[in-house]
Amino acid sequence: MTTTDGGRAFVFGDNIDTDMLAPGLYMKRPIEEMASHCLEALDPTFAKTVRSGDIVVAGENFGMGSSREQAAMALRHLGVAAVVAKSFAGLFFRNALNLGLVALVCPAADRIRPGDRLSVDAEAGRITNLSTGESHACEPIPPHLAEMIRDGGLLPHLEKKLKKKSV
Amino acid sequence: MGMTLAEKIIARAAGRPEVRPGEIVTCKVDLAMMHDSGGPRRVAPMLERLGARVWDPSRVVVIADHYVPAIDSDSAAILALTRKWVKSAGVESFYDMQGICHIVLPERGHVRPGLFAVGGDSHSPTAGAFGCFMFGIGATEMAGVLVTGEIWVKVPETHLVRWHGRLRHGVVAKDMMLKMCRDIGLSTVRYGVVQYTGEAIAALPMPERMVLTNMSAELGAQTGLIEPDDVTVQSLRDIGVDAPDALTWKSDADARYVRTWTFDADALEPQVAAPHSPDNSAPAGDYEGVAIDQCYIGACTGAKLSDLHMAAEVLRGRKVASTTRLLVAPASTRITAQAAADGTLATLTEAGAILLPSGCGACAGLGAGLLAEKEVCLSSTARNFKGRMGAHSALVYLGSPYTVAASAVTGRITDPRAVLAERAAA
Repeated sequence: MTTTDGGRAFVFGDNIDTDMLAPGLYMKRPIEEMASHCLEALDPTFAKTVRSGDIVVAGENFGMGSSREQAAMALRHLGVAAVVAKSFAGLFFRNALNLGLVALVCPAADRIRPGDRLSVDAEAGRITNLSTGESHACEPIPPHLAEMIRDGGLLPHLEKKLKKKSV
Repeated sequence: MGMTLAEKIIARAAGRPEVRPGEIVTCKVDLAMMHDSGGPRRVAPMLERLGARVWDPSRVVVIADHYVPAIDSDSAAILALTRKWVKSAGVESFYDMQGICHIVLPERGHVRPGLFAVGGDSHSPTAGAFGCFMFGIGATEMAGVLVTGEIWVKVPETHLVRWHGRLRHGVVAKDMMLKMCRDIGLSTVRYGVVQYTGEAIAALPMPERMVLTNMSAELGAQTGLIEPDDVTVQSLRDIGVDAPDALTWKSDADARYVRTWTFDADALEPQVAAPHSPDNSAPAGDYEGVAIDQCYIGACTGAKLSDLHMAAEVLRGRKVASTTRLLVAPASTRITAQAAADGTLATLTEAGAILLPSGCGACAGLGAGLLAEKEVCLSSTARNFKGRMGAHSALVYLGSPYTVAASAVTGRITDPRAVLAERAAA
């Protein structure tokens, strides 16, 4: 399962909605184009500055709103290694894990500051803030989903299972 | 100990005698609904990659409602793909440009009490007004359902929301919901189930009940439910659905609820939610005087026949103010036909309303009726997120169809009770 080391924290508040993550205006367009507008209503520089391995940190109810999984897909496309939040909207949480985007519930997410360097061990459910030296416990990924997440998401997981069946 | 309605439906779908909140179970899916945005265009390549076929096309319903009618070549291509896919997949229940999925699904008889259903849209809980456990999922998870016919759920806890008393004239389900968004909040329910009950709920007709279950999504619920009663049975009969077991789908008397909330319908005033969240709500009077560029009556939440009737009641013999515009997108073609037959459409257009096609349209930021920078809109829809209906700096307020229509007459946010009382006095 994903472990990322030294990614920069991009910090957002509560109730970050799917329409900010994946604006309706670009829903028809390829993911490359949609992802370039991810969160622009909040921070027009985000999609341009975020790099592979960086981490999105947020407050309560991250991903509220629509079922559009492009919300999670856009973050993944931009290289975001994990989303760490105090809580997630249930629908977004399922979508993120199904797409292989690590989503961790961390009660201490509000202790992380923009630009902090983080090390995230999803399997162990632990975040180390390399900038402050603090360590934060996260809720473990639901055990029944561990294999799916290890496989990289629902689709590769199903692919593996179907292959096994046909052998 | 007894089970809640949600627990009973999940237990049935999981083939278990009983389930308890927190348990993870695999359920057989009775019904899977997709639309043109998250449906075929997304799942077809996944099924292809898996080399898999739809497990049971008779349990799949596809409804083209997001990119209808096509406004550019991108949306036209999505619709063309959707039409081609339903044929090749053998899906017979396909509704093309007939209206918004959450309205068309029950309208065409696909929803019954006790069903366990998934929909590729967050407002799928709408079907809960009929006692059907239906929740929204993303396209990848839908592909999983289409291949296996199954889905896992963590049995949700149920919140019981009891509404005492009786709504006053001019106060409707949308006002109840905006009040609940503020008082319960958007992150309290945390993917639990909200079950609505009490005398004010029992008195609501089916389309009004659907507003509550629809916007359970805004409360952060996995779904919303109302126990079937005589209103449900009659409305199923009107649709032509045979559901002899309808009244058996109820919570047990000793079912456990994680929390009970109580609200007073008698004291409720019309509510308006200010930008940019449905929980940013207050009595409409608190926003009175805010000038409105666009009034919108549309979407799965706010453009059913009953919603159009509310608007017509206000607009009969009145005109939309010259400083604003009123756009009306009936939620389905069947509703349009009914509203044409009973004179409602004529009342609306004589008042100056502009009719738009049935579909998700402006509510989802897709079709006609989008907002320019800094424009102000009052809308009967469910969501007023920043940028959702057009430009990032546009300001969207939410209210009932009564409030939207009354505000269209004055050009400013207006408590509809004043306008309705004027009529009663005349």
